[in-house]
Amino acid sequence: MWQGFVDFVYQYVPWFDGGLAVVLIILIKGVALILPLIIMMAYMTYAERKVIGYMQLRIGPNRVGPIGLLQPFADVFKLMFKEIIFPTKANVYLFVLAPILAFVPAIAIWAVIPLGQDFYITNLDISLLYVLAIGSVGIYGIILAGWASNSKYPLLGALRSASLLVSYEIVVGFVAVTVVMAASSVNLNEIVSSQSGGIWNWYWIPLFPMMIVFWISALAETNRAPFDVVEGESEIMGGTHVEYSGMCFALFFMAEYINMIMMAALAVLMFFGGWHSPFEGVPYLQEFFAFVPDIMWLLGKMSFFLFLYLWIRATFPRYRYDQIMRLCWKVFLPLTIAWIMVVALMTQLHLGPWF
Amino acid sequence: MEFSSILFYVFGFCFVASSAMLVIARNTLKAAMLLILSFFSVASLWLLLEAEFLAITLILVYVGAVMVLFLFVIKMLNIDQSTIRAKFTTYLPLGIFVSMVVIAQMALVLSAGQFDLETVEEPARHIAGYSNITELASDLYTTYVYPFELAAVLLLIAIISAITLVHRKESRSKRQNISEQVSVQASDRVRLASISSTKTKKPK
Repeated sequence: MWQGFVDFVYQYVPWFDGGLAVVLIILIKGVALILPLIIMMAYMTYAERKVIGYMQLRIGPNRVGPIGLLQPFADVFKLMFKEIIFPTKANVYLFVLAPILAFVPAIAIWAVIPLGQDFYITNLDISLLYVLAIGSVGIYGIILAGWASNSKYPLLGALRSASLLVSYEIVVGFVAVTVVMAASSVNLNEIVSSQSGGIWNWYWIPLFPMMIVFWISALAETNRAPFDVVEGESEIMGGTHVEYSGMCFALFFMAEYINMIMMAALAVLMFFGGWHSPFEGVPYLQEFFAFVPDIMWLLGKMSFFLFLYLWIRATFPRYRYDQIMRLCWKVFLPLTIAWIMVVALMTQLHLGPWF
Repeated sequence: MEFSSILFYVFGFCFVASSAMLVIARNTLKAAMLLILSFFSVASLWLLLEAEFLAITLILVYVGAVMVLFLFVIKMLNIDQSTIRAKFTTYLPLGIFVSMVVIAQMALVLSAGQFDLETVEEPARHIAGYSNITELASDLYTTYVYPFELAAVLLLIAIISAITLVHRKESRSKRQNISEQVSVQASDRVRLASISSTKTKKPK
């Protein structure tokens, strides 16, 4: 169907030379991915309020629409019509640039995330490195927001959060190295296809400690509880978001949730076999679940991890800042470096079904 | 004009413009952001030259880590613009002289004639499945493995020396034992005393 559409564009829109048609096709592909992503993000906020509500024996939003289903749209319209207030003596250019710099990388990462067999925007040869590189750009949103607000609490939040993000990026990078060693490829498509065939072929078994480390680092990278030092309401009353209102704040908010969805997708792609069915190679179950499209497996696994985000937020109290840093530098970093050696040994021995 | 050459001119213009504005900018933080923009433009130019690993590494290392630390330092320092600009006219002749010398040297060395650019052909384009990263890795870990390892050791020495410089003796530091704090149990801190409610004496 896709190829047919591309042929249609080339055939009936003759005044496009090759370049403009390429741009148009990329644009349409991008919109087709970003719109569902935004809706997913909107309902992630709804799910968060509902799930945490029930965990705390409350009901959660239930007034707008049936069982509160229209609540995200009500929130969006509220934020859109709110005034954006610029603090006095704040640097207006950087103040406006900050939420954009947080939001754009969060969206840009999705260009290389494969959602199914041959279902992606670009099949970049170094897509995992691209994800890490563009993901690290999101820090500037927080740093600039802290500086441009011309206020004490945002600056404190930005300082804490930037050092936290830089530290945990090292750990995430090392975890990615173990996955790359196991799959012997930096291409996310090839990493997933090297995990084909049943739940026991996925990398969560040989890389189990790395999976745990990655998930805890993912919580820190997305500034979620229990590592939400950038906001820390009880300590610095909202951190970098204090001076932001209206759509400027909404962009930060959306960037955080889209990053959460991205981290869940990355965890599934790297450790849980991506779009592969867990029943591949099982005699009867494989045929029974053959009708399920591969993107549904990916989305199903992702929803579990997104639920995990909410579950952890409702369960754990916030870490103290120096304890977060100790966890990163003294626990995770030695563990990941040691596991790189283990993975090197396992790949040399061609262990099990994985290598 | 080909599509890739349009891209080349767009990114090239971005690079030159952001570099020029970076030199002129008065606000240090703005200058740092313009430097990031020029890094991105260079990375895009490298992508057009099929050097995708180098481009991503530039963003990952310089934009993702080095510039963040730069911004950290900039935010910590209280830069007073007036003291910086106070002796501007005094140093202006010297500055102009030094920059002219630098420009002349670069023009001598980097002019196209020095490299025989007219005689060198355009490098051949690689096929779609060509993996840049595999080529780079096989060169780096076989032919150039000793220089590579030496560079790594040099960085390790730099890290250790930096830590040694800021290391304090135990007696002066107010260090907390975090692993003890994290592994604390409720029984270490809370003692539940069972006091019967009936036998207490009434105050007179």
